[in-house]
Amino acid sequence: MGSDPAVSADAGITRGVLTSAEIDRALTRIAYEILERNKGGAQVVLLGIPTRGVYLADRLARKILAVEPELAPEGLVGRVDITMYRDDLQRGPVRAVGSTQIPVNGVDGKSVVLVDDVLFSGRTVRAALDAITDLGRPHTVQLAALVDRGHRRLPIRPDFVGKNLPTALDERVKVNLAEIDGADSVTISHGGTTEARR
Amino acid sequence: MKHLLSTADLSRSEAVTILDTAAQMAATQERAVKKLPTLRGRTVVNLFFEDSTRTRISFETAAKRLSADVINFSAKGSSVSKGESLKDTALTLKAMGADAVIIRHQASGAPHTLAHAGWLDAPVINAGDGTHQHPTQALLDAYTMRRHLKGEVRGAADSKGVIGRDLSGLSVVLVGDVLHSRVARANVALLHTLGAQVTLVAPPTLLPVGVDVWPCAVSYDLDAVLREHQPDALMMLRVQRERMSSAGGGFFPSPLEYSRLYGLDQRRLDMLPGHAIVMHPGPMNRGLEISAQAADSPRSVIVEQVANGVAVRMAVLYLLLAGTSGTEGA
Repeated sequence: MGSDPAVSADAGITRGVLTSAEIDRALTRIAYEILERNKGGAQVVLLGIPTRGVYLADRLARKILAVEPELAPEGLVGRVDITMYRDDLQRGPVRAVGSTQIPVNGVDGKSVVLVDDVLFSGRTVRAALDAITDLGRPHTVQLAALVDRGHRRLPIRPDFVGKNLPTALDERVKVNLAEIDGADSVTISHGGTTEARR
Repeated sequence: MKHLLSTADLSRSEAVTILDTAAQMAATQERAVKKLPTLRGRTVVNLFFEDSTRTRISFETAAKRLSADVINFSAKGSSVSKGESLKDTALTLKAMGADAVIIRHQASGAPHTLAHAGWLDAPVINAGDGTHQHPTQALLDAYTMRRHLKGEVRGAADSKGVIGRDLSGLSVVLVGDVLHSRVARANVALLHTLGAQVTLVAPPTLLPVGVDVWPCAVSYDLDAVLREHQPDALMMLRVQRERMSSAGGGFFPSPLEYSRLYGLDQRRLDMLPGHAIVMHPGPMNRGLEISAQAADSPRSVIVEQVANGVAVRMAVLYLLLAGTSGTEGA
């Protein structure tokens, strides 16, 4: 898929995996899958995990609203900050705490869909599940990820996946979104060890 | 930031980071489940050599909301009353595995000694030392001012739009017993760092020697300051009568005269601009530095200051304890 390989200064070869149009198509499919699985959007609450999961959740919400325009937008999407629930807080420098925004009607009895950009070890999702437990008692919690790169370290599986991407542990998967990175793309690069250490 | 000993040590960005983190902590305290697992397994020691109710309870609440274990150690009824030195107390705490020590001491500089003498590796948080500093009080005051005066709607308590902002452009007036007040010292340093204009108002007898080099203006005339500065925040300081020896002579002729010249009553309350807030670090001497009318007026944010104290102390504990353990951070 990636046609033009680029060489970045520190991370070795960088290869494109998904283009902007492919990301959009994957999100459209996931939006329909969410509606199909939950028999409509009435009980669905999308919770993005910062940073990029928040933007992906917003995009999914827009796609769901395009299909079911009678849904209330303010009850559909929120964000859940997992910083204070991480299991690696005592490694590395202090992390800035982000904000958590829960839709107006809360999460009690809802079908919560967690949205993240890259699913890797599963530790982020574990932390998010703990955070949701403190926010209320949803009917179900489902997981949507734009990219599943494997190497799970916890018994966690996604319900909705944009693309399954087999990777080596020392490879680095980066999701770029227009909202903060300027343009949409998913890239994979070799030699970066930052992700593997999480 | 390894310790929190004095607001004078904080840079503008460090102070804003603490206020921003406090805003997120405050948001978590509106949930049904207020407890966060963040500091699970860490032990925080409250080491109080001087009486305190609200500060100790505030720190204890903050630590417990972050799931830390709290050990309360007060000088009364402890080995300190048998003559144990600060050093031996510190070595005992180290042997018990304290991950952070919150200290209040009647001697200015005791937290600094505890932090830098090499007795302990743990972060030290100053909860008030003598007449020197009370950094978490100043931080909660700054947090309260920012929430009320720097939000999208001025004068309304609203955390929207305050993240990342300092206090630049605000005029803050502190009135009263500056001489004995660690709260005033901590506030002057922090408010100056955050860009606010600070004016101290006190009788000459209640101003310390050397106040002229502090980064603030000084006046003896409260009515003139209120008229000319139109302050955004007015902080009344407690007259610390327990620190005023009767043998050394009074610092003012009579409580009534003090109240007339420097107390906040309805007339002075009416001189404030519409959005201004009235603050007091507590405990209040109603009828002396602040009238009951002023203390209970809608302008008064004194009760909210207490609630904000928990959020600010949670933020400080998080920032000092959540990073790499055992080594100093940035």
